[in-house]
Amino acid sequence: MPISPSSMINQYKFEDESELRDLFITVDDPESHITAIETFITYRVVTKTSRGEFDSSEYEVRRRYQDFLWLKSRLEEAHPTLIIPPLPEKFIMKGMVERFSDEFIETRRKALHKFLNRIADHPTLTFNEDFKIFLTAQAWELSSHKKQGPGLLSRMGQTVRAVASSVRGGVKNRPEMFTEMNSYMETFSQKINVLDKIAHRIYKEEREYFNEMKEYGPIHTLWSASEEDIAESLKGVASCIDKCCKATEKRMAGLSENLLPILHEYVLYSEILMGVLKRRDHIQGELDSRVDALASKKTEKDLFSEEIGKLEDKVECANNALKADWDRWKQNMQCDMRSTFTNVAENNLRYYEECLATWESFLASQTVELHVEEDSEDKP
Amino acid sequence: MEDCLAKKMEITVSEAEKRTGRNAVNMQETYTAYLIETRAIESQSEGQCAPVDSLWRRYSEFELLRNYLSVTYPHIVVPPLPEKRADFVWHKLSADNMDPDFVERRRIGLENFLLRVASHPVLCQDKIFYSFLTQEGGWKEMVNETGFQLKADSRLKALNATFRVKNPDKRFTELKHYSDELQSVISHLLRVRARVADRLYGVYKVHGNYGRVFSEWSAIEKEMGDGLQSAGHHMDVYAASIDDILEEEEHYADQLKEYLFYAEALRAVCRKHELMQYDLEMAAQDLTSKKQQCEELATGTVRTFSLKGMTSKLFGQENPEQREAKIKVLEEQIQEGEEQLKSKNLEGRDFVKSAWADIERFKEQKNHDLKEALISYAVMQISMCKKGIQVWTNAKECFSKM
Repeated sequence: MPISPSSMINQYKFEDESELRDLFITVDDPESHITAIETFITYRVVTKTSRGEFDSSEYEVRRRYQDFLWLKSRLEEAHPTLIIPPLPEKFIMKGMVERFSDEFIETRRKALHKFLNRIADHPTLTFNEDFKIFLTAQAWELSSHKKQGPGLLSRMGQTVRAVASSVRGGVKNRPEMFTEMNSYMETFSQKINVLDKIAHRIYKEEREYFNEMKEYGPIHTLWSASEEDIAESLKGVASCIDKCCKATEKRMAGLSENLLPILHEYVLYSEILMGVLKRRDHIQGELDSRVDALASKKTEKDLFSEEIGKLEDKVECANNALKADWDRWKQNMQCDMRSTFTNVAENNLRYYEECLATWESFLASQTVELHVEEDSEDKP
Repeated sequence: MEDCLAKKMEITVSEAEKRTGRNAVNMQETYTAYLIETRAIESQSEGQCAPVDSLWRRYSEFELLRNYLSVTYPHIVVPPLPEKRADFVWHKLSADNMDPDFVERRRIGLENFLLRVASHPVLCQDKIFYSFLTQEGGWKEMVNETGFQLKADSRLKALNATFRVKNPDKRFTELKHYSDELQSVISHLLRVRARVADRLYGVYKVHGNYGRVFSEWSAIEKEMGDGLQSAGHHMDVYAASIDDILEEEEHYADQLKEYLFYAEALRAVCRKHELMQYDLEMAAQDLTSKKQQCEELATGTVRTFSLKGMTSKLFGQENPEQREAKIKVLEEQIQEGEEQLKSKNLEGRDFVKSAWADIERFKEQKNHDLKEALISYAVMQISMCKKGIQVWTNAKECFSKM
């Protein structure tokens, strides 16, 4: 694989090599701000670092969701064929959670935390200048820096051009590797979306089960009030059911804290990756369309050889960046999926083991009683 | 005490068969017939097994038998029949009477009913019951010839009618209250259990969706493929396991249902006592008023205000001959009344004594059976947990290899 001198990718870091980390970021402490125009939440972003490029070793700033959006779009602009981590969405349409409810804010906070840390762990993105400013600049510094970037109109223009050219360009000369990636991503995207739906269905079913179980135990307690001989057994069953009910609540929590967010992230990742592949195609398209345009003008080829050369470099860079990042992404994805699903299995194991222990101890208490009764009957 | 029938005879309801026939109004109908097999339990003799007798009965004949027993032995808590229609069903179970699972559970319920009757010290000796088990033809006529329908007190069926009884035996009042509570709490429990079963079914089945997605996903993965594929297989096993688990639980539900219906039988005995006591009190009241009337006519004084007294005052008194005749009639009635009251009292006391004896027997049986049912429920839960642990342990191994 040719490595062009302008490529900065000579380091492949994986998530588990945390001892090499020199940048630690946390996102916490959501706070509500109310102005005349709007209400919004800011999050505290704390950075601890030993890197020389940073003036200080510790920073604490406040950022709102808009700021994260800005950072993401800056990174996408600077590195069109790198895989920028997903941001939590603006709104959750499913209606499970209200905007600005504690649950929503907490879910978002966790996702934002992950977003920044994934950037920090990325071999290239971690050194991005806008990223550094995001972590260190005070609110007014950030505002003024934001205004310096390419204007809204030019940004919009870029997007329009990108969309337009992706329709025609880059596909016919696309290297085999990227066609494979495309086809992989199409399938992956399908499957991850289905998995996401399945996981939500499971959560929903578990919750409905939990709701019914809440009512189930107390009926036995109620019944025990009318009985004498079997009152203890009934209360025992009631207590077991209540304990299993609590265990089921824990199981649900495990799903919502682990599996659901991860699957959701990879749904977003699949969209991001499709976008990255399109951008690569667009860059290739620029080169191809120039080459095609000049093919007819044989005499002026020399004049444009520099331009073509630059475009060819650009394509090579983009391809290499994407290839490396793709490999890295796949490794991480495998790791994430392995640990998430293993965690799901462990969650379920814990649930069944707890329930088993509860019922076994009830059973033991009942058979002890039976033995006691038998013994007392034998006595003269 | 004579050994109950259950010890002398093996009774099973071994088969169920769909039949078509014509009903009382000559319309075609489909029904299920059940095969009752009986065999005498001989003392152990090598290679000699008594022959099996068998006959077919349908549910309505079981009903007839039970009605006969309830009327003929009002002081006995008569075992209930399994439900006529499927009730407390959760969504997967059919509410259809012809559904094979329902028929199967009913077959077991009917067998249980026969065994209960056959092991009851009083009921097992009944000739009609014996004929039900052994005599194929003419049994219906035999039952009807006993004239039991005439003995049936229609008031017993009017569940909502209240009778103002002044001095019921407190134990029966408490027991009736208990039977109401038992009915209410078991119904509630069965309803919630059905909903819980429904939800549990949902949780397990939805995991089955993993199998196909994992399999399709594994097709595009090189390293993760095997782990995904085999994990998917375990998820399929998990999803399928719920069917057996819930079927077993259905038997537990049937055990509870039996006592739900037993509560009804218990209530009927309490009702019977109430009615007997009511009749007794009415008879005593009637006797007292007749005695009073007699006294008034004899002495000419009106001790207490009575409409009759007033009207006779208003509309003139009778002549002495008329009065004499009236007194004579009343005296005869009073004598009859006193004899009747005596026998009613005796009946009442006998009833209370024998009913309470059966109730004590029933209480012991109920406590034993329900405790066992609760234990069997715990055993089922334990088995379900163990299966879950096995599946998820396997799945975990597959996931960790991804």
